[in-house]
Amino acid sequence: MALESISQAGPSTQHQSRSGSGGLDARRLLSMRLHASPMTLTGFGIVLFWIVVAVLAPLLAPYPPNATDALAAAHPTPSAAHWLGTDHLGRDILSRVLWGARRVLTVAPIAVLAAAVAGSLLGLCAGYYRGPVDLVISRIADILLSFPVIILYMIVLAMFGSSALNIILVIAVTKAPIIARIVRALTLELREREYVAAAKMRGETAFNIMLVEILPNARGPLIVDMCLRMGYTTITIGVLGFLGIGLPPPDPDWGSMVKDTYGMMSVWPHMSLVPCAAISSMVVGFNLLAIGLREDADRE
Amino acid sequence: MSEAPNFDPILQLDSVCLSYHLRTGEANIVPNLDLTLRRGEALGLVGESGSGKSTIAYALMRYLGPHGRIARGRILFEGRDIAALTEGELRQIRGRRVAMVYQEPMSSLNPVMTIGRQLAEVPMLHDGLSFASARARAEAMLAEVNFADPAAIMGRYPHQLSGGQQQRIVIAMALIGKPALLIMDEPTTGLDVTVEAAVLELVRRLIRRHDTALLFISHNLGTVANLCDRIAVLYAGEIVEEGSIRQVLINPRHPYTHGLLDSLPRLGRSKHDMPLRPIEGHAPSPLSRPAGCSFASRCRHAETPRCTAQSIVSLPVPGETEHRVRCVKVAELSPWRPPATGGASNMAARESEPLLRTENLSKQYAPAGNAFLRKGAVVHALGGIDLAVGRGQTLAIVGESGSGKTTFARIASGLDTASGGRVTLDGEEIATLPVERRPADIKRKLQMVFQNPESTLNPSHLVGRAVARAVRRLKGLAPAAARREAERLLEVVRLRPEIYGCKPSQLSGGQKQRVAIARALAGDPDVLVADEPVSSLDVSVQAAIINLLSDLQAERDESLIFISHNLAVVRYLADHVAVMYHGKLVESGPVDALFAPPYHPYTEALLSAVPEPDRRRARIILEGAPPSASVVPKGCPFALRCPRRLGAVCDEAPPPRQHGRRGHRIACHISLADLSRLQAAEPPTATGQPLFSPKA
Repeated sequence: MALESISQAGPSTQHQSRSGSGGLDARRLLSMRLHASPMTLTGFGIVLFWIVVAVLAPLLAPYPPNATDALAAAHPTPSAAHWLGTDHLGRDILSRVLWGARRVLTVAPIAVLAAAVAGSLLGLCAGYYRGPVDLVISRIADILLSFPVIILYMIVLAMFGSSALNIILVIAVTKAPIIARIVRALTLELREREYVAAAKMRGETAFNIMLVEILPNARGPLIVDMCLRMGYTTITIGVLGFLGIGLPPPDPDWGSMVKDTYGMMSVWPHMSLVPCAAISSMVVGFNLLAIGLREDADRE
Repeated sequence: MSEAPNFDPILQLDSVCLSYHLRTGEANIVPNLDLTLRRGEALGLVGESGSGKSTIAYALMRYLGPHGRIARGRILFEGRDIAALTEGELRQIRGRRVAMVYQEPMSSLNPVMTIGRQLAEVPMLHDGLSFASARARAEAMLAEVNFADPAAIMGRYPHQLSGGQQQRIVIAMALIGKPALLIMDEPTTGLDVTVEAAVLELVRRLIRRHDTALLFISHNLGTVANLCDRIAVLYAGEIVEEGSIRQVLINPRHPYTHGLLDSLPRLGRSKHDMPLRPIEGHAPSPLSRPAGCSFASRCRHAETPRCTAQSIVSLPVPGETEHRVRCVKVAELSPWRPPATGGASNMAARESEPLLRTENLSKQYAPAGNAFLRKGAVVHALGGIDLAVGRGQTLAIVGESGSGKTTFARIASGLDTASGGRVTLDGEEIATLPVERRPADIKRKLQMVFQNPESTLNPSHLVGRAVARAVRRLKGLAPAAARREAERLLEVVRLRPEIYGCKPSQLSGGQKQRVAIARALAGDPDVLVADEPVSSLDVSVQAAIINLLSDLQAERDESLIFISHNLAVVRYLADHVAVMYHGKLVESGPVDALFAPPYHPYTEALLSAVPEPDRRRARIILEGAPPSASVVPKGCPFALRCPRRLGAVCDEAPPPRQHGRRGHRIACHISLADLSRLQAAEPPTATGQPLFSPKA
């Protein structure tokens, strides 16, 4: 049989050397790190910094976040005791920024994850079933996206009160349609792949095809988008805090830190600039990570 | 130096090494290349994927990109070293002295500019012509590439033209600057056979007329043989054999060339009289090149110290000028014998009870758009298809793009449903049953092998899972048993069971297609539908897959519906053949009846268009394109392009279905006796249009 040896060759060496090891995740991760662009690494570094800060806030913060120092309140500018100064109530800004990271990095990931789960499921259904299902899902998404979100936040949070859970829910509801649109577009393309037809031919359920055959192949763009969404959500949480409908006081929140002090901007600018810088650095970190990951994927 | 002036090389490559800088290291795609192209000569560069042929094409005009470079050697174009030129000098040469034509015509054309403007730009830029005179030249050039109404084409946009027309525009654009050298990289690969034949005929005529040298890069020995004077066979970046067409294809000396010719299906060849012989193994990676002959690991004649110790130089073939072979054993190997052809295949197909049968099958697609905004017209994809395939038989469905052959496969497999007519599998009606609603037993009985190896396996999952999952679903086995069964099936398709744990990205195209076959076999199907399963594979790999399909059928006695545009493959594999055109069946019958006169005029044109390495034939060039799928012709769908058109009757009345011997059916107004008589005589010329002479 002439065929035997050609095919007994197993995976061709050429391909093996190109794509590295398939199954070993540790090695894959390592190779990804080695080939990540400077942009990805910078973004990753900034995000990692804030994660470490958030986790270790109780250890790193020199003061309890709500402790007031009456003495310092008279001279709130940075000093040896308060490296970044204090606010008008004499609360240590460094400690509050560190603790604030903790709140952003608990609320934002949960909200984005909830949006991603809901958005992916809706997008998969719309893209896979098309027709009336798509029509209904897409129009509801359009309606949600056409709302001025700030007004939506204010109405909802005013009605139901601003708790962490409500903020997560309202962010998830407003971000899910965006993710649904992306997943829908990817699904429309992926559903035509031959492996999807093969799955149908062996009688897989629609649910199985969507989650097992299609979703894993949409993960690249989805992860990139979730990173972007994290950045935007950081801004949203800041805005909500600034509007006074964010996480309830007195726990430190970057947005409300700015709100409490922006009136004193001309006298003591550090009180609002420091939390502003914290917000933008985290947003920049997530955006760099997202763009970097996308470019790395394009280069592959 | 002492050569006659008209023989001075227009292009000369002296020990050129081309390399790419990869993350894993420096890859010498082309280690050491010597090549000469004389003025006015047509040289074919043939190689399989990964052989470096496109890299060479790009390197000639220094287009290698940021990671590639000319690591060593000189590329001399008209005596000037390409590597030493400035960007400005290079721009002067590109487009004016050298023109390039690539595979995808649409990507060479600017979608927002009219054809006229794009064409006129070239002489305006390079020769400083005024817009008016450049347009005049463009119009003349369009006439040369056989547009009947150049003035009308000038005002069109690229998307308004068919693929073949676009490629003719690209050729016009390449030749309008009167270049001394034309480089074509797989220019006809995406085109239908009949369109390809027209484009090749055009190129052949134009390069003769303008005395342009041609470097024609292709994977297809047949097209090269029909167009070029000389041929160079490329393997792993090295030219293993070089000479005139006659020398290389009639008296090939390198074992790789032998292998290529042995694995190529021919029109006269069927699985019963002469099996294809694929080339075993893989080409070496450019990162780990062997010290000796790069083909040694796959060569039947390789000897360990002689072939593998040191690098092999190109040797002249004794007694033949200009025929050179990179093989140390060139003087010893016995000459290649062409496969015995035409041996009357007495293995006439067994007649058996039809397993899958269609009656008057039709399919219309609703117009695009939604409930509120219907635009466009109903698309008629299939009409009146009557076919049957018996147990253990192979039915091949042949047609060009848009003929409805894939629609047929999708309806049979339940990925689409019929609009009318019947499809029965083992007596059960399945025409309007989408696969989701088919009973488990029907799903098990009919499985499908898909066209594209790159998308047939889910890149996110292990290779083995695809097979194991199919076993679980179709046979209801438990996971552990399913895994064992999947490993067995991988062995059935001649893959190692270890491949179970690989990701699809680690497999070659041929291996992926084998896994896809194993997956389709999971439930022991009675009918296997294969939609162009080998069309994107290299010749040597294609042969192995075709053999596998044919062996499996012999072992398992399943019916195979094989959909293809390649008549040679069909001739080789099929018992029954159906030829489709514009959604209609124009001819069907047993394979040897179909490949002998009388033919349907369309089948005749298709057959004449098949490029074959060992003969140049008078070709029937079809003008125009098939009618739009939203049009239902009153008469014969082929009438508009038919070279044997009778007259008004062809346009007005649907052709009668004439029955020949042994179930041979032809839908044509010309009687079978007349067809036989006509086709034994001269080939026809197409109607009306300006034409090339059938002879070169």
